Amino acid sequence: MSVAARLKDPAFWAEWAALAGLIALVIVFQALNPTFLSPGNIASMLVAAAILIILAVGQTFVIATAGIDLSIASVMTMGAVAFGLSYTAGWGLGPACLLAVAAAGVAGAVNGMIIAWGKIADFIVTLGMLSAASGLALILADGKPVTIVDPVLLRLSTGGFGIFGWTFLIALAVAVIAHVALFRTRFGTHLLATGGAPESAAAMGISTRRIKIAVYSISGALAGLGAILLVARVGAAEPASNTSFLLNSVAAVVLGGVSLFGGRGTIVGPVIGALLLTALVNGLTLLGVAQFYQPLAVGIVVVLAALMTRFQK
Amino acid sequence: MSNPNGRDILLDCRDVSLTFGSVRALVDVSLTARRGEITALVGDNGAGKSTLVRCVSGIHRPDSGRILFDGEETAFHSPEDARDAGIETVHQNLALVEDLTVWQNLFLNREIVRRFGPVALLDRRAMQARAKRMVSALAVNVPEVRSRVRRLSGGQRQAVAICRATGFSSKLVIMDEPTAALGVQETARVEELIVRLRDEGHAVLLISHNFAQVMRLSQQVWVMRAGRRVGGRRTADTTGEEIVGLITGAIEN
Repeated sequence: MSVAARLKDPAFWAEWAALAGLIALVIVFQALNPTFLSPGNIASMLVAAAILIILAVGQTFVIATAGIDLSIASVMTMGAVAFGLSYTAGWGLGPACLLAVAAAGVAGAVNGMIIAWGKIADFIVTLGMLSAASGLALILADGKPVTIVDPVLLRLSTGGFGIFGWTFLIALAVAVIAHVALFRTRFGTHLLATGGAPESAAAMGISTRRIKIAVYSISGALAGLGAILLVARVGAAEPASNTSFLLNSVAAVVLGGVSLFGGRGTIVGPVIGALLLTALVNGLTLLGVAQFYQPLAVGIVVVLAALMTRFQK
Repeated sequence: MSNPNGRDILLDCRDVSLTFGSVRALVDVSLTARRGEITALVGDNGAGKSTLVRCVSGIHRPDSGRILFDGEETAFHSPEDARDAGIETVHQNLALVEDLTVWQNLFLNREIVRRFGPVALLDRRAMQARAKRMVSALAVNVPEVRSRVRRLSGGQRQAVAICRATGFSSKLVIMDEPTAALGVQETARVEELIVRLRDEGHAVLLISHNFAQVMRLSQQVWVMRAGRRVGGRRTADTTGEEIVGLITGAIEN
């Protein structure tokens, strides 16, 4: 197909919606405010995108199996509280990090097991977990944030390599590993088969239950990793609801051109989707648009992206 | 080819029964399939053909009865067990994944991997090369192995599914209505493939509603009605009319 023909093809734009949107946003914001592309602002955008990238990667695994994880942000909150409690109890940084990931991973595994064995719709199960995990976080934390002062966490959230903060580099590493897992391993192929044609996958001897449990566990564990980065960034472990992280994680995946019906997807797409959402919020803030307009803008962008996916091949 | 002593019997179902709730899907079904033969399984819709096939291919487990394969008692817990034993099935819906490529479908759950310490990565090049050889052995117009199954014609899809069923040292290939959705030319090509499978020494268990096809291809016909096996004939010794009579119940065995 020639370049001109490609540009006229709606499917091309659906496939590359996130990248096209990101480039368009960058051009507009840079034209309106030249500090947008300053090294300092780029660095802060990348750091701000890190947690969302990690959550979006987890969400991608789930959505590629035609599921959805509505509990991802609450599980992250629960992980953060688990981290805060164990850290203040004197566990040390390493064990506290492990606990955060493990607790969140277990919550994800519970999601997966109920969905796979109980044969209950994923959005109901994970909606229940959304409530349960945030409730658990409130109970454990007694509703109060715990301030965490740790030199390593401080360096994690402020240091980096050039304009790339450590947290962004961690998110990038997660994305690279996820890409390899999805496209270069048996697990990834079986995951896509489970999402695209569960009966065919089962007929070929693939355990679709095991795949379901695995993707929700991965989503949970990545929420736990996000929890650590969140505590590092905020400087405290709070039992806050973090609803915007849930919406944005789904939004990034949709923007990234991953089919909500499962069976097809990329990791690059949702990563770009996460960067786009972060750039959108950052740019609006730079332009002095009131904070209340940001969720409105995100909502519009996401629905537009979802409309574009109708043109996918 | 036919052996009256039954030494060539590869699949031997004995008194297989299966009940779903109050529905007796299979009642004491006994039948055999021999190496180097095409064994046809016919019957009306709901007669239990597909259910029996699903028992043999490890999707269902019979409530009672035995399934002997290659002289050994089987107890398949999953389709993977059956595939490992050498039973491959071409399902009516073909069991292909549309969003995956031809080579990914051919190697689905049979992937070739290369180990790097604890991680095993797909050896895509090896799979693509082998897939190319597998598909080019087909008489049907050869699909490009890197194209997605979504883009293939009905006949090409059928070919890919058959290719997958025969490509992994399978002994028994079960085909559930392999030509039901195909045009005249494509049907002829798929029939050529089925005959070639037989000539290569596979046992083929063919479910078909097409009597002409059954008479043309098979050596043995088993007839099912309402969950029971109501008759069995050597194809050479029977007529299409007799088979129809057995299916409808006009002829009692």
